[in-house]
Amino acid sequence: MRFFAITRATLAKDVRLEWRSKDAINAMLFFSLLVVVIFSFAFDPTAEESRRIAGGLVWVAFLFAAIVALNQTWARELRNQVLDAYRVSPAPANPLFLAKAFGNFIFVSVLEALMTPLFIVFYKLRALGSAWELLPIAVLGTWALVVNGTFFAAMSLRTRSREIMLPLLLFPLSIPALLGMVNATTAILTGEESARFWIALLVAYDVVFTVACLLLFEVVLEAE
Amino acid sequence: MSWRRKDVARRMKRGFTILAIVTAVLLSFGLYEALIAAPTERTMGDVQRIFYYHVPSAWTAFLLFLINFVGSIVYLIRRDEKSDILALVSAEVGVVFCTVVLVTGPIWARPVWGIWWTWDLRLTLTLVLWLIYVSYLTLRRFSTSSQTPMLAAVLAVFGALDIPLVYFSIWFFRTQHPSPVIGNGGSLDPRMAHVLLINWAAFLCLAWLMCWTRYRLEVLKREVEEEQALESILEGTR
Amino acid sequence: MNSMHYLYAAYIATWAIHGVYLTILVRKYSQIRREMERLKK
Repeated sequence: MRFFAITRATLAKDVRLEWRSKDAINAMLFFSLLVVVIFSFAFDPTAEESRRIAGGLVWVAFLFAAIVALNQTWARELRNQVLDAYRVSPAPANPLFLAKAFGNFIFVSVLEALMTPLFIVFYKLRALGSAWELLPIAVLGTWALVVNGTFFAAMSLRTRSREIMLPLLLFPLSIPALLGMVNATTAILTGEESARFWIALLVAYDVVFTVACLLLFEVVLEAE
Repeated sequence: MSWRRKDVARRMKRGFTILAIVTAVLLSFGLYEALIAAPTERTMGDVQRIFYYHVPSAWTAFLLFLINFVGSIVYLIRRDEKSDILALVSAEVGVVFCTVVLVTGPIWARPVWGIWWTWDLRLTLTLVLWLIYVSYLTLRRFSTSSQTPMLAAVLAVFGALDIPLVYFSIWFFRTQHPSPVIGNGGSLDPRMAHVLLINWAAFLCLAWLMCWTRYRLEVLKREVEEEQALESILEGTR
Repeated sequence: MNSMHYLYAAYIATWAIHGVYLTILVRKYSQIRREMERLKK
């Protein structure tokens, strides 16, 4: 039970700190908005076409927003030598990882919640399939990006060109998850196919990598 | 150097020379078989002969990546330098062979299908593997940590976990959106299989040779780096 | 480009890629040898 207590405490602290220093949040919210607008200028499809490509566009936009959020995951810890303190303390590493991952998940979900209505408006989107299925897809997809993103953000701390290292490591490994998110969303929007396989794939991806991250985070934290 | 070390060194040098000769022979024979002796394929014509280089390169690359995975696991358990160097070496040579696959694939696809690329299962899988391992090599080069081998080993494990997921996602995508397959279809003429295997043996020997060379280079490089570090420490105290 | 050109291009490309890698290895070897000589002095 101590495990969850630590996770909750760390998460609460992060949320409180982010809420107090609103500039980071505001900058990222504005960035997400810009991404949607730029995409809308770049691709201006008819309502029919947009249903086919929106899945891909939306998730690529979410991916960019997520990278910006993930890159600053450990910035505060790094600034205040918290990670060194954590390494020396007897506390287990996983609650810290989970707290960071949940924090990122909440944050990226907020960004997505902001971007989605804009996309719906700009692309005149209307789901032809069962729209409620979009919610588990969003949750599973976001977690897939965030769990590996938080892990690789920690790995990138010990590299030159930290900010570019994160997407470099994250993108290749996220390809199956991206295929899943995009195709599931397209399937729901066009109503032509069943999204079931892709949702199952996302579940498998999430389970496999959440376990892998939890098992191996200690290794990454120890590396200095 | 003690007598025993000199003996080992001499035997290794002889082994290397023998491997080099065997490789050269197999490669030449394989080339002859592929370009001249092998029967011409009915539908594609002579261009199909690219197959004899494309497919064995893919098998070799996959084997090398498997070796990297095993080496990384062993390193995570044992933390010994040999496994780490093996992992690094097999990743590098694997990327070289993988690059060959990704270059010969489109060159084959173009005259046969009229397009340079298709999201064909094997080719896409190879592309993703290439991306994962290039990111692996980039991590090794850019890492400033003293624990780079550990981080790299962790990344290799993640890569290995990803591969089945990549395979299934592309496989399903292909069943929904079929497209040309870059390959030889199902059945294979036994004479063609024979040429394929000879070239595979040749590439395996070439890969072994390259890994052996790169391994020795890495061992020397690390020795030199230690010496350099020692030198700069001594300079500081002088 | 007739199809034979593609065949030759593929084979030449394969050898070019291996050749580039082996050249890089050989060059790194000379560098290391030179550095070892320098350190021995």
